[in-house]
Amino acid sequence: MRIETDQRSSAGAEGPTRTRRFRVFRYKRGDRGPRYETFDVPVEARTTVLDAMRWIQLHVDPSLAIRHSCSHASCGTCGVRVDGREVLMCVTPVEDLGREITVEPVANLPVLTDLVVDMRAFYARYPDEHPLVRESELLPGAKTPEGIATYVRYEDCIECGLCLSACPIAATDDRYVGPAALAAAERIVEERRGADLAALLAWADEPDGVWRCHAIFECTRACPSDVRPAERIMTLRGMLARGHAPMEEAR
Amino acid sequence: MSSAPAHVLIVGGGGTGGALAHDLALRGLAVTLVERGEITSGTTGRHHGLLHSGARYAVRDPASAVECIQENRILRRICPGSFEENDGLFVALTEEDMEYLEPFLEACAACGIPTQPLTPAEALALEPNLNPDLKAAVRVPDATMDAMRMPLRFFATAKANGARILPYVEVVDLLVRDRVVSGARVRDHVTGREGEIRADVVVNAAGPWSGKIARMAGVDLPIRPSPGVLVAVRGRLCNMVLSRLHRPGDGDLIVPQRGLSVLGTSSWTVHDPDDLGVPEDHVRTMCEEGARLVPAVARAERRAAWSAARPLVGSRGEAETGRELSRTFKTFDHRESDGVEGFVTITGGKGTTLRAMAEACADVVCAKLGIDAECRTRETVLLPHTAYYTDGR
Ligand SMILES: Cc1cc2nc3c(=O)[nH]c(=O)nc-3n(C[C@H](O)[C@H](O)[C@H](O)COP(=O)(O)OP(=O)(O)OC[C@H]3O[C@@H](n4cnc5c(N)ncnc54)[C@H](O)[C@@H]3O)c2cc1C
Ligand code: SF4
Ligand code: FES
Repeated sequence: MRIETDQRSSAGAEGPTRTRRFRVFRYKRGDRGPRYETFDVPVEARTTVLDAMRWIQLHVDPSLAIRHSCSHASCGTCGVRVDGREVLMCVTPVEDLGREITVEPVANLPVLTDLVVDMRAFYARYPDEHPLVRESELLPGAKTPEGIATYVRYEDCIECGLCLSACPIAATDDRYVGPAALAAAERIVEERRGADLAALLAWADEPDGVWRCHAIFECTRACPSDVRPAERIMTLRGMLARGHAPMEEAR
Repeated sequence: MSSAPAHVLIVGGGGTGGALAHDLALRGLAVTLVERGEITSGTTGRHHGLLHSGARYAVRDPASAVECIQENRILRRICPGSFEENDGLFVALTEEDMEYLEPFLEACAACGIPTQPLTPAEALALEPNLNPDLKAAVRVPDATMDAMRMPLRFFATAKANGARILPYVEVVDLLVRDRVVSGARVRDHVTGREGEIRADVVVNAAGPWSGKIARMAGVDLPIRPSPGVLVAVRGRLCNMVLSRLHRPGDGDLIVPQRGLSVLGTSSWTVHDPDDLGVPEDHVRTMCEEGARLVPAVARAERRAAWSAARPLVGSRGEAETGRELSRTFKTFDHRESDGVEGFVTITGGKGTTLRAMAEACADVVCAKLGIDAECRTRETVLLPHTAYYTDGR
């Protein structure tokens, strides 16, 4: 079977093209400071903020720097603030936004250029152990095939940094390791995967660890991947307050 | 200056460019890689995320199938912890599909791809969401890969071995004189400034954009960008990779990944790999065909729909949809093919075969430079993806 399509007809069939005005944060190394630049972008029913930024790159200004990779909320590179709110550009439809849309890089990480932040400052916060793959849920009634003891899948966290951007504590104290790193630690406590639990809990117990959190839960609200970092920080705190990890006892 | 190692400039930071940077760095060459955007922002990061067993190509394109199964095994070894290693099922739904079963099993055997035929009851016990009317299923060693983080391990390791990886640096022209390429003119989007990077060899690893880069050297490359649509729906509707047991067609593949199920794909051809669109009729087909394999797809919420373009090696006007073109890769030494010195293109292939593509291309580059160095990428376990962010720019 084969589908015939005119490549430009895509969303055009769903209604007339309108334009939206984007105010985009611009900065190049050596500039005196950042500025905002305005672009009018034609949009259609399903245009995302990422589509709009790529339209600007293609038709107006190829020097606009953005981060993107997967286009489906799996890589975590396209995090920005749209009208002050943390979002992934690739799954944020323009339709849901106002007539003028402000796009800025995420907060609490150094800006490299335009909408691109330096992710070294994000990854530097993580504990040494950082497994990517976890046990997968089993569908109701399912078995696993011979030779595979447990299905595995990638962790929910896509390392986008939106939680860190939304965190009011990280905004005032850049030594705080922040929600993503603590949530990753909690996942290891939950599902050990060979890690050294005592060392991990000691890391979380540092002054810049779980105790810095003021339980404001902005991280959980910002997370596009349902990691619920605030709840995980609370779990770690509970364990540390009791002076031991129940998981460790159980094993 | 005979003591300085030869310098290779790689254009394009997809999986192919990253694997090549890693290979050449291990062989002791000086390497600079430029990518106009974020690493893997081209086709690589947007692909379906299937670590191919090769079964999909076994009947029609055995050369590709053999490459896939070999690289599948190597990647599991050198990228531990980087895959959802849950295998895959090829599922027959119709009598017509059943006619494909025997040739499929024979072709897989001939390509060295292990298979395990299952009855409908056995398949349903593994994947209860499968269409209950299935007629047969075959288990193969497919897996899910993170389309960005797996290749990032090549970049991380290349960087640790001294390669210079420069994202946000775009090639705006090649430096060509008397049919010799000696570097590139680049625009650095971090500083906004232009400059030149000189090199002994320039490798064009720009995927579907490689035709554009080749044109900068006056070379006409038989590359056609051939996009496909992918649709991610919420919910993990299966744990194994599910494919229709038939000739590869539209929407016949479901790759589970994290908490999503990714449906795909279609195939057409375009001229500009930057301007693909996401045809809504293709999206509908993905959902309809996906629902034939797993009926729950019909009720699943759409998370995203997008397109990515394959860099297919062919010749203009040869095939219409792109499916007929081989999925294997090709290295062009443009001295041989076009009389242009100092310029090599590596293109075609798949995400799964990035390492093999790099090996073949690095062999050509080393031969050109008179360097005798063995490929070591089959055995070298790669650094974790996070290492990419721990130093450098
Ligand atoms: C819809 C679809 C689904 C697929 N699914 C799978 C799958 O499941 N499994 C699999 O193994 N393979 C899959 N593939 C194939 C796979 O995605 C590609 O073969 C592979 O990603 C190609 O990688 P590459 O590095 O050669 O190209 P790319 O990833 O496209 O890299 C080229 C890079 O060059 C950069 N570039 C372009 N111009 C310039 C310039 N002027 N200066 C600097 N940089 C530049 C681009 O930004 C780009 O990042 C799929 C392909 C498609 C289209
Ligand atoms: S916890 Fe959520 S918001 Fe934070 S980095 Fe991970 S996915 Fe992003
Ligand atoms: S591009 Fe990957 S999360 Fe948006």
